[in-house]
Amino acid sequence: MSQKLEKLIDKKGLRLDGRKPDELRPIKIEVGALSNADGSAYIQQGKNKILAAVYGPKELHPKHLALPDRMVLRCRYHMAPFSVQERKSPAPSRREIELSKVIRESLEPSIFIEYYPRTSIDLFIEVLQADGGTRCASITAASLALADAGIPMRDLVAACAAGKVDGTIVLDLMDTEDKVGTADVPVALMPNLNAITLLQMDGILTLEEFEKAVNLALEGCRKIYTMQKEALKAKYIAVKEVEE
Amino acid sequence: MPTFFERRQLVTPGDLLAEGQYIAGENTYKEDDKIYASRIGVVEYQDKKVNVVALRAFYVPRVGDTVIGTIVEVGFNGWMVDINSPYLALLRASDVLSRPFKPQKNDLSEVLDAGDLVIAKIIAYDRAHNPQLTVSEPGLGKITRGQVVKVTPTKIPRVIGRKGSMVSMIKQETGCHIILGHNGIILITGKSLENEQLAIMAIRKIEEESHTTGLTDRIVQMIKKEKEKGKQKEEDKNESET
Repeated sequence: MSQKLEKLIDKKGLRLDGRKPDELRPIKIEVGALSNADGSAYIQQGKNKILAAVYGPKELHPKHLALPDRMVLRCRYHMAPFSVQERKSPAPSRREIELSKVIRESLEPSIFIEYYPRTSIDLFIEVLQADGGTRCASITAASLALADAGIPMRDLVAACAAGKVDGTIVLDLMDTEDKVGTADVPVALMPNLNAITLLQMDGILTLEEFEKAVNLALEGCRKIYTMQKEALKAKYIAVKEVEE
Repeated sequence: MPTFFERRQLVTPGDLLAEGQYIAGENTYKEDDKIYASRIGVVEYQDKKVNVVALRAFYVPRVGDTVIGTIVEVGFNGWMVDINSPYLALLRASDVLSRPFKPQKNDLSEVLDAGDLVIAKIIAYDRAHNPQLTVSEPGLGKITRGQVVKVTPTKIPRVIGRKGSMVSMIKQETGCHIILGHNGIILITGKSLENEQLAIMAIRKIEEESHTTGLTDRIVQMIKKEKEKGKQKEEDKNESET
């Protein structure tokens, strides 16, 4: 887009979808959405719709890829051809391969990978509908899928982005804001340990703006974390209430 | 030295369970005197020890465990057995055959073939090697009849119940013979198909509601109800025949 068609933030300080600058999109999370996977989760964040599935731990094939001292986490981030406006080729693109690596590296510190050497975990992330911030929503869902599979973890990983749009620092960018805006800072956090596992920046920010954006994103992560925990517990609390 | 949850409360990975002079038990880990949960489960505080009874987990082999497995591969001097864990187990031919054997002459698939089920005991396992099995003890060996049920391995203690109360109750009520593998596979052999079906139903219910209280009583009620239903059906059948 060479020319700006519309103002991204109106006179009242509200964004295109009526959110305040520090407001998240509505989030719906479901754990255990797939019955054939060892663990799975489904997330809707605004118009994003993402499925994550975990298989394993299991023996690694081909065997020569197995590591003698830790397990191998393999991750595939994939966008469905119908997930965006213009049909996307189903073959993995440069961007998808990079995101697979980024997501893997942001989840690996949360798992006790040294507990089960010579094994592997396969993680599949399928983006059914994309509207900006899919890498963050994917991390949020994938972490829940791992917990659902019963893999020992240090903490759940919650992820959220912040950025700069029309000169204002805003939380949880959607597609238009991401493309037209000046900067995007995705952050992933293990909230209980207060450890950041992913920090990227795309665009230009001053030092002060960057600090503000990171802090805003961290706050967003903590909000998402409480929703994650509720979603994980919801599966079991429902059974308990019916029976007691 | 505070604890942050009540007994039998649901916790998720990363929840801070206790701080101070505590010992990290199952499904927990310790960092700087703080104990966190590493799996979703129900928390238990025992004196100084903090445990989490996991709701979702996979089987990790332990020496001395009785397991039920499926033969997946017949090799030259043994079998590879799927024991429902991340690692395949090895069952050596010399362990199964008491007589000396020669790989060139004897065909191992005549003794146990791929797809056969076996009850076995784990005799060796460490981080560097796959677990090794034995069948040379009474009660172990090839399974010839019955049905198998798979449950999450961490729920086996719940199926056993306090001092075996749950499993002995099911045995008594259904008249089935039940063998529990520590790897979450259960073998049920009964006199009739209905009895086996009933025992399977009871175990499925235990798996689903393992984190709730007063489960044994509910299972007893369920079995009695189902038995009555079965009787009713039989009577109806007899009536329609006469």
